[in-house]
Amino acid sequence: MATVSQHLSSVRPVPADESRGGIPAPAPDDADGRRVPADRARARRRGRASGERVPFGELALLIGPALIVFVAFVILPVVMAAYYGFFSWSGYGVPTEFVGVRNYLTILGDPDFREALGHNAVIVVMSLVLQGPIALGLALLLNRKLRFQSVIRVLIFVPYVISEVVVGLGWGLMLQTNGAVNGLLENLGLGALSADWISDPNLAIWTLMAIITWKYVGFAVILFLAGLQGIPDELAEAAAIDGASYWQIQRRITLPLMGPTIRIWAFLSIIGSLQLFDLVWIIWGQYVSSTAGTSTMATYMVANGRNAGSYGYGSAVAVIMFLISLVIALLYQRFVLRRDTAGAITGGAR
Amino acid sequence: MTAFAAPRARRRPAPGQSRGSTLIVYFIALVLIAVILAPVVYLITGGLRTNAELTTDPAGLPASANWSNYLDVLGSGVFWGQVVNSAIAAIATTVVVVALGLMAAFALARYRFRGRGAIYALFTAGLMFPMTVAITPLYILVRDLGLTNGLAGVVVPQIAFALPVTIVILVPFLAAIPNELQEAAAIDGAGRLQFFWRMVIPLAVPGVITVGILAFIASWNSYMLPLFILNDPASFTLPLGTQAFSSQYSVDTARVLAFTSLSMIPALIFFSVFERRIVGGLTGAVKG
Repeated sequence: MATVSQHLSSVRPVPADESRGGIPAPAPDDADGRRVPADRARARRRGRASGERVPFGELALLIGPALIVFVAFVILPVVMAAYYGFFSWSGYGVPTEFVGVRNYLTILGDPDFREALGHNAVIVVMSLVLQGPIALGLALLLNRKLRFQSVIRVLIFVPYVISEVVVGLGWGLMLQTNGAVNGLLENLGLGALSADWISDPNLAIWTLMAIITWKYVGFAVILFLAGLQGIPDELAEAAAIDGASYWQIQRRITLPLMGPTIRIWAFLSIIGSLQLFDLVWIIWGQYVSSTAGTSTMATYMVANGRNAGSYGYGSAVAVIMFLISLVIALLYQRFVLRRDTAGAITGGAR
Repeated sequence: MTAFAAPRARRRPAPGQSRGSTLIVYFIALVLIAVILAPVVYLITGGLRTNAELTTDPAGLPASANWSNYLDVLGSGVFWGQVVNSAIAAIATTVVVVALGLMAAFALARYRFRGRGAIYALFTAGLMFPMTVAITPLYILVRDLGLTNGLAGVVVPQIAFALPVTIVILVPFLAAIPNELQEAAAIDGAGRLQFFWRMVIPLAVPGVITVGILAFIASWNSYMLPLFILNDPASFTLPLGTQAFSSQYSVDTARVLAFTSLSMIPALIFFSVFERRIVGGLTGAVKG
């Protein structure tokens, strides 16, 4: 951690344009990279630093490979999804059966999709509501001198590193009707509380939320701890001298200063919740997820797209997912992150 | 709540560190560790039990360690084949994404040319395109290129999707290398590409390790892409193979637990070795 942060913080005195989401600039030069003739002598004297015009071949050699791979396998598929979405297509040959917006109308009219959308909404909100306070509380607790502090920090991060497949299979086995969780409840004399955690439609979404919290809360704690360490101790000390209590200090000083970190975490959490696929697919699978009430837009897309052999339809679902994520991301950037992108992205917290 | 902390806070420089509250903190930390580790411990110890034990008392501990489940899994070629597949995919993804990312980030950070901002913005926008959205056409593209059922079909898209975060982390790193170094290198007769090779790469090692770890873990745990691309069990990576094993032997719970535990162990070892880098890299990725 130390080395990376030091290096990142050595970047800190950023050029002004980076704080507005721009690209960190090399040495200051004129704006468009071309030098006016009068400057040429000066430029030559300054040596062959980065501000020099470079041959196209060299640039192509350096950027070309990355750009080609990126455009071919990231941008192109997304564009193709938008194109295929207007066709009824089984995925073989060239799509010919143009159906206009019929796929989109079918999707938006499909109760299954609306349910999945509703589940996504619940997951987005509940992830914030559950993980935020828990992670903040834990970060505050762990942000003090403790024995075994580094051990705790490592352990809290373990679920995040374990793959979704292992987490899904493990929890799936434990939460079966005759699994370990119900067994444990019985051993404790709480057999009345045992339940069908996975298949009961009233419980399943809460089971999912519990697993999501278990898996991802460590990530939030680590982010928050990093944010907390950027707050100077002097502020709390000064407040304590002025007679503020521990809780007053957390409420009035720590929490507001944690704002940028919390907002960035919330952004990542929202985007992740909208794309949720792996855990649901592994634990509930294609069929149970819709009856148990845990289907998401992504599981709907795979079930009704690829697994049904309707690639046009699946692409249309992907486009809808993308647009929903994009709109939410842009609104969030515009209204929530705008005032502190400078602080959050370029590391005002450190 | 305010009452017990306030009087001490006034006297102590570090507020809230009273003895009583410290005990509470340790207690909460203990509960936290139990909640985090219980499922992991259950997976590992469950693999040491027999199916009969698991049926009669699903939540118990093994009566006596029964290693046969683990030995069966370790003795079969299936597990090791998947470990090798996952390792090949992860290493290939990491090496190529670091190489391509460094080259592109070097140009973006230290050259001035028209379209520099646009290209950087394009890569940054890539952060907004998760693989979920592109997976259907991506599958068709990979299939049309004839890459299905080979690890290349997984590796190439993974490289593409790992590039944005790699470049976004590396560009500030490389931009921070002082111009004086480049000028000094130029005086000594080194061209830009020599400067890149001799000085930039060694100086960028910490950043490279961070992005490399992120790419490696993402590839090692990747599930959706292999699920779409790989149909031949011989080419399965570990996550896909673990799931296939669990549905194939769904009645043999103990063996499934053993297989799942074993498939978790490489990631845990990797994590414990690189823990500082991973945690630093993730906070850096968000803040840097």
